[in-house]
Amino acid sequence: MSTHSTIAIVGAGEAGTAAALALRERGWEESVVLIGNESSLPYERPPLSKAVLVDETRPGPKTIVTSERLSELKIDYRHGCEVVSIDRTASMVILSNGAKIGYHRLLLATGARPRDLNVPIAEGSRVATLRSYEDATRLRELIGQGCEMAVIGGGFIGLEVAASSILRGASVIVFEAGSRILSRAVPVGIAELIRAKHERSGVRIETTAVVERIELCEGRSCVVLAGGQRHLADLVIVGVGATPNVELAQAAGLAVDNGIALDEMLATSDPRVFAAGDCCSFPHRLYGKRIRLEAWRNAQRQGVIAAANMVGEDRPYDDLPWFWSDQYDETLQMVGLCCGGEIPVVRSLGPRGQLLFSLVDGGRLVAACGFGSLGAVAKEIRVAETIIRRELKVEAEALANPALNLKQLL
Amino acid sequence: MTKQAEWVAACAADALRPEEVRRLDHGGRTFVIVRSPEGDYFAMDGHCSHEKVHLADGIVDGGIIECPKHFGTFDYRTGESRALPACVDLQSYEVKIENGIVMVKV
Ligand SMILES: Cc1cc2nc3c(=O)[nH]c(=O)nc-3n(C[C@H](O)[C@H](O)[C@H](O)COP(=O)(O)OP(=O)(O)OC[C@H]3O[C@@H](n4cnc5c(N)ncnc54)[C@H](O)[C@@H]3O)c2cc1C
Repeated sequence: MSTHSTIAIVGAGEAGTAAALALRERGWEESVVLIGNESSLPYERPPLSKAVLVDETRPGPKTIVTSERLSELKIDYRHGCEVVSIDRTASMVILSNGAKIGYHRLLLATGARPRDLNVPIAEGSRVATLRSYEDATRLRELIGQGCEMAVIGGGFIGLEVAASSILRGASVIVFEAGSRILSRAVPVGIAELIRAKHERSGVRIETTAVVERIELCEGRSCVVLAGGQRHLADLVIVGVGATPNVELAQAAGLAVDNGIALDEMLATSDPRVFAAGDCCSFPHRLYGKRIRLEAWRNAQRQGVIAAANMVGEDRPYDDLPWFWSDQYDETLQMVGLCCGGEIPVVRSLGPRGQLLFSLVDGGRLVAACGFGSLGAVAKEIRVAETIIRRELKVEAEALANPALNLKQLL
Repeated sequence: MTKQAEWVAACAADALRPEEVRRLDHGGRTFVIVRSPEGDYFAMDGHCSHEKVHLADGIVDGGIIECPKHFGTFDYRTGESRALPACVDLQSYEVKIENGIVMVKV
């Protein structure tokens, strides 16, 4: 064993924290230092666009671990500390306060940040993004009754903020540059259901609406579209995707390819440095290509696998992409990945929702997506996950037939 | 003030197959009953301790019940949390079979 027997983790989000806990579970007894630039205990982000905006009394951050548990496990949590550089020759990370921490293995779990809209934004206009608990509490104060909001981007975060704001009595218009909402991740059939749900709830959705700039008009923000159309709002929320935080890795000379580039063991181009979560890209055995996910379960499970591999296990990461989103009282779950050209097969769950399966030629299931009540959707998606993982061939007719229990296809 | 515990009828004992779960709502609370492969019955709180989600909609396998929403898991025999994001144990309750009915002391 090296003289530096510390495992250092940069970023105390979902992935970094899961890794720290997993190191202890796997019997790593030497030091674990978890370094995060936020001040609170590690917390979950998904509630930020949901409960934190909607609940009657403001919820605190939903912490992943208690401080008692951290000290019990002797995880040295350095909160409010920014890592400013990595010295790979000396095997240490350098913090903004000048402190240096040596490492035997290093995990980069730096997450992602809201992508810039990249259009001129007038000074003084009220434009917000959402990533941290602080962002969410600020937003929460602004979205009350009568607030006129414009959401730029018809992706998950934009739409969840739209739903939450409507529930709080705001009025909301969504501008999506593409020809439909959720075009990056969700098959068109399900995206249509979600759109209908929003429109019934009072959200206006404008597609092929390319925002050109945001101006300030008499104290309000004015969203100007490519066609010249202008829309006044009290508040503009930008939700146009996320940019992985790769700068630290890049400056240290690690390979970057749409995220910190990893192998299937989640090691970077330096075998002593690993990464996990929203900041990384990795090859996936089932999809034959490098992917980057912005998803909670992936961050957590990559944290666990990276931890295992840092202590000498040899476990390729091959968990399936899985995502959920809450829209009003309904939920969306997706498993697997569509790469284009799949055949969609719809199964109706009646008033409880709908499932959409994506098959490739030859009848292999590669992805499944469901929208509706959690009780109706979750079990089916769970079975679909097993079908996808086992690379089973299934008949489209069987998938479409609501009378047939999916489990019979296993 | 804590209410005195009472025995509540959940379902017929043979209505549950091994590792099948049943939801029981009573007095504004919710519980789950699971039958183990050995034929014993167990009861615990019905909402996941991570978020208020009905565990009865989840999958039961190998002594474990999994939350359908975020995959937190619990030992259904004891209510102990086993996997993140669940990190708080659930309360378990005494169970008896009376006249072929699963009774839970809640
Ligand atoms: C509003 C919102 C809603 C979401 N909803 C869902 C959902 O419904 N379903 C779903 O599947 N996913 C959802 N996600 C995505 C999910 O939260 C992320 O995928 C997950 O948080 C990624 O975890 P991570 O650990 O990779 O990154 P993060 O959770 O972002 O953690 C990274 C941490 O590292 C810190 N950091 C970065 N650089 C440094 C440095 N140099 N030094 C120290 N610290 C540093 C960051 O500040 C941050 O605290 C949502 C995300 C957001 C923002």
